[in-house]
Amino acid sequence: MVSAIENRGRIHPHKFVLWIAMASIVMLFAGLTSAYLVKHSFANWMTFPLPKIFWVSTFVILCSSVTMHLSVISFKARERKRYRILITITAFLGVAFAVLQLFGFFQLEDKGIKIFGTGSNPSASFLGVITGLHVVHVLGGVMALLFQFFRAYKKRVKRYDATPIEITAIYWHFVDLLWIYLFIFFSLTR
Amino acid sequence: MSHEVVLQADVAGVHGTAHHEEHHHKQSFITKYVFSQDHKIIGKQFLITGIIWAILGGFMSVLFRLQLGFPDTTFPWLETVLGKWGKGGHIAQEAYYSLTTIHGTVMVFFVLTGGLSGTFANFLIPLQIGARDMASPLMNMLSYWFFLLASVVLLSSFFLETGPFSGGWTAYPPLSALGQASDGSKQGMDMWLTALVFFVVSQLLGGLNYISTVLNMRTKGMSMTRMPLSVWGVFLQAVLGVLSFPVLFAGFILLIFDRHFGTSFYLSDIFVAGQILPHEGGNAILYQHLFWFLGHPEVYIVILPAMGLVSEVMSTNARKPIFGYSAMVMSMFAIVILAFLVWAHHMFVTGLNPFLGSVFVLLTLLIAVPSAIKVFNWLTTLWRGNIRFTTGMLFAIGFVSLFISGGLTGIYLGNSAIDIHIHDTYFVIAHFHLVMGVAAFFGMFCGVYHWFPKMFGRFMNSTLGNIHFWVTLIGAYLIFWPMHYEGFAGMPRRYYDYSGWESFKQFISLNKFISIVVIITFTGQFLFVFNFFYSIFKGRKVTNKNPWQSNTLEWTTPIKPLHGNWPGEIPEVYRWPYDYGKDGVDFIPQTTPVGEDESVH
Repeated sequence: MVSAIENRGRIHPHKFVLWIAMASIVMLFAGLTSAYLVKHSFANWMTFPLPKIFWVSTFVILCSSVTMHLSVISFKARERKRYRILITITAFLGVAFAVLQLFGFFQLEDKGIKIFGTGSNPSASFLGVITGLHVVHVLGGVMALLFQFFRAYKKRVKRYDATPIEITAIYWHFVDLLWIYLFIFFSLTR
Repeated sequence: MSHEVVLQADVAGVHGTAHHEEHHHKQSFITKYVFSQDHKIIGKQFLITGIIWAILGGFMSVLFRLQLGFPDTTFPWLETVLGKWGKGGHIAQEAYYSLTTIHGTVMVFFVLTGGLSGTFANFLIPLQIGARDMASPLMNMLSYWFFLLASVVLLSSFFLETGPFSGGWTAYPPLSALGQASDGSKQGMDMWLTALVFFVVSQLLGGLNYISTVLNMRTKGMSMTRMPLSVWGVFLQAVLGVLSFPVLFAGFILLIFDRHFGTSFYLSDIFVAGQILPHEGGNAILYQHLFWFLGHPEVYIVILPAMGLVSEVMSTNARKPIFGYSAMVMSMFAIVILAFLVWAHHMFVTGLNPFLGSVFVLLTLLIAVPSAIKVFNWLTTLWRGNIRFTTGMLFAIGFVSLFISGGLTGIYLGNSAIDIHIHDTYFVIAHFHLVMGVAAFFGMFCGVYHWFPKMFGRFMNSTLGNIHFWVTLIGAYLIFWPMHYEGFAGMPRRYYDYSGWESFKQFISLNKFISIVVIITFTGQFLFVFNFFYSIFKGRKVTNKNPWQSNTLEWTTPIKPLHGNWPGEIPEVYRWPYDYGKDGVDFIPQTTPVGEDESVH
């Protein structure tokens, strides 16, 4: 109990809020993936291979984590220019990830696998809903990056507090990991 | 306190240095009372919204009790008030189901979750742990506005052509998923889902804040083991909420897709209104798993804050330390953990594997242990205390009584074999209304009467308060006790009219009796409503900072604290909050340093 007091000042409360929020997001996806598992064990479960393009999107989101990490480093080193370029790239990679995921679903539709609508199998719908929700979370991260981006271009006010960008980075790595988890999960439970 | 400057820079009146403290920025009415970021105002906003919802929710129960108690009598005024829902002076069937559904939704979510924890978590956490405000006042404000938005959406579903949702507060598919199945499942269900999604957002924003405030912003000396039990209660309910509401959210998302995007998560082989639906491969039980994974923790989300408030008020008014502080905290922890492991006891008769069922029986019965520990601790706190029967204290004692009588029937229901007979009967209604419904209401009343002087700088009238207490306690027992007998006889819940059944005809006069008591008890609540609003403006003024001679930090603030709570430094804490009657001293506030000849608790 004493340690809780000594820790005061080590972790920023806003960061702490983010950690709890991430626990909450984990519960959301835990709920969905366990529903998937339950449904998986019933009859009438359609199996189909995951779209190949998911490998590309996985690579893209991994790259974006690297650029995110580098941008935090350059922020702390006060290299404004590099920092701006890096967060711009990160945000673009985030959007690219979302687009690639969408293309994945077009690929599935081309093969005749319906995600939503009449005649869709829960197996495909689950994939659609869970990946869709994950993309929404990635886009949330992109919004946060845009916010940092406009801050970085403000001429008059210069900020040297690294906390906001660190918080964005933690969240970014989190949605990245979340996708890795989901990708492995979907690959194992076909 | 290194973050205080960063976080509280926007809190008016806080400048870190002593000579600035009395100076308070001028605020307009809008920023002070409407879009306020002050946790005290937000707490009051939650409270007043909750009171309005409780009146509406209570009135709904009066309306459907009219149908249950007097199925053959016509009330022409119903048609005047409700139009086609009260045609011929009777509550229409669809209206009856809508009323029971929305009564449940409103009471469980909007009153006992939003109204209870929203009020007291916001109001008490910063005051009792010694913080200027919440970790994020902005998120806190948003939490209230999402709550209000949810309220407005739900309320407006009453004005739909097809009426509000009517498939029960648990919203089981396929009934809730198919518009063709019932009028209430059309637009009414969409609005119900929208309202609940906003509500979940509100709870998450609030919960994140409560947790990080309690863990990060305690004043110097306020270790976790020196926190009042009221803070423990709201803290642990926030933990439960943050971990279980997302799962409900997941269930809702799948339901929305089933309703509007043609998926078959919950639907399979359905024949409705003369038509075969194309949905195939879904499973309705899946929704029940997702729903009850939140639904069961939800009852502890409701009761934990009440338990905390009651412990605090009881110790203060018995002038005795709370009995077994660490046992109280540990049993709350145990309840939080067990809450996640018992959800399937709501599903014993869904065809659940009997072996799995027996595991859930065991885990469910285990909850009796921490609950009983808490009850014994309350009773031993009362034992040989110098009890002051303030209104808050009466409600605290009433809470324990209701918690025992309602809790014992939980042991019956938790056994899967007995549950086969009494599931979905009035026995269940009686059980959960006593143990989580009325008991949580008592916790809320206890909190309001006790902390009213801190909220508004005035007292509530105690004579009216005492009458309100007795009317409510006696009323609650007279309403719900007879329902146990009806349930034993197998009388199912949710039916519109029982007079067609030979086995339930015997209860006609009993139902009439219950309905009459409902009307009296509901009317009795206006004593509280009047007392509350009258006392805000005209109540007896508080002249002493610490009117209840209490130990906790909120009573060291000025009678009407400004935003920022303490003028000057935040006080330091040297002891636990329950030093009542120690070494012959009546009470020792937490801010008093431990004396030389005194033992630390």
